[in-house]
Amino acid sequence: MNKKNKIKIVVNGKLLTVNLKFSLKNLIEKLKTPINKVAIELNEEIVNKKKINKIFLKNNDKIEIVHFIGGG
Amino acid sequence: MKSDILKIANKKFKSRLIVGTGKYKNMKECAKAIKISGAEIVTVAVRRVNILDKSRPLLMDYIDPKKIMYLPNTAGCFTSKDALRTLRLAREIGGWKIVKLEVLGDKKNLFPDMIETLKSTEVLTKEGFKVMVYCNDDPLMCKRLENSGASAIMPLAAPIGSGLGIQNKINIKILRLQTKVPLIIDAGLGQASDAVQAMEMGCDAVLINTAIAKAKNPFQMAESMKYAVISGRKSFLSGRIMPNLFGSPSTTKIGLI
Repeated sequence: MNKKNKIKIVVNGKLLTVNLKFSLKNLIEKLKTPINKVAIELNEEIVNKKKINKIFLKNNDKIEIVHFIGGG
Repeated sequence: MKSDILKIANKKFKSRLIVGTGKYKNMKECAKAIKISGAEIVTVAVRRVNILDKSRPLLMDYIDPKKIMYLPNTAGCFTSKDALRTLRLAREIGGWKIVKLEVLGDKKNLFPDMIETLKSTEVLTKEGFKVMVYCNDDPLMCKRLENSGASAIMPLAAPIGSGLGIQNKINIKILRLQTKVPLIIDAGLGQASDAVQAMEMGCDAVLINTAIAKAKNPFQMAESMKYAVISGRKSFLSGRIMPNLFGSPSTTKIGLI
């Protein structure tokens, strides 16, 4: 594996290694996340879900993907 | 008879029972109990998606947000910063503007941190949120929340999940007199009679989670709470008789042999 072509990102607290030029859209597809049922944060900034194909991930990026669960 | 409608942030509801979706054995049980309760609003929490187990069922697959209004909450938040972050994310999921704010101050009794709560209400209102606020039953703080633009005041009856029922009836009565936005008892109710009491005191609605979810038979309790809220509301609207220390016969003396 050529490390030069890889970056490390943290998604929901889990460390993942992905290719360079990996977009947020690529990540959502890789995780099979239903985009209409989640919200996404990139380094604590909320991401506009319509623009995820234009956002390319960088080394050490922190991504949070959240959804609704049962709660009182 | 004029229909009795609950209005929160310009949205109209027939049911005055709001239910939580936490603590159920599974989502199927939760969905069934909600249906039986007749609730039109359910509270939901915001949490990380489990990226390792994609097969886990999603709440939205069981409770359709097009049919029942989701009320995103900030359960588990202990600072204004966390609460704001959570609700901004909730809005992003799909345009939710009516939200339930709760900023806790103590891990043991789960009482709200009113300073952080007030601060958060001010910020959220300015950002266009309609904020229903979980709070303590202090009339002064509740007035401040209302003045800050809260869409509903939601005082606790007792600690969250305690099932103790309304502990400070005097404060709730004062709140009823002073509050112009919907007054909703949130947290601490344990049984149907607690819900009846809240409604008879003139509260606009009640929010119940644990009392239904953790009852031995959640479906029967959901139904019981549904009728308790209806019963309490009708009793309140009917104009009760004044309590009297002495007896007053129900039958006329005329014709007595």
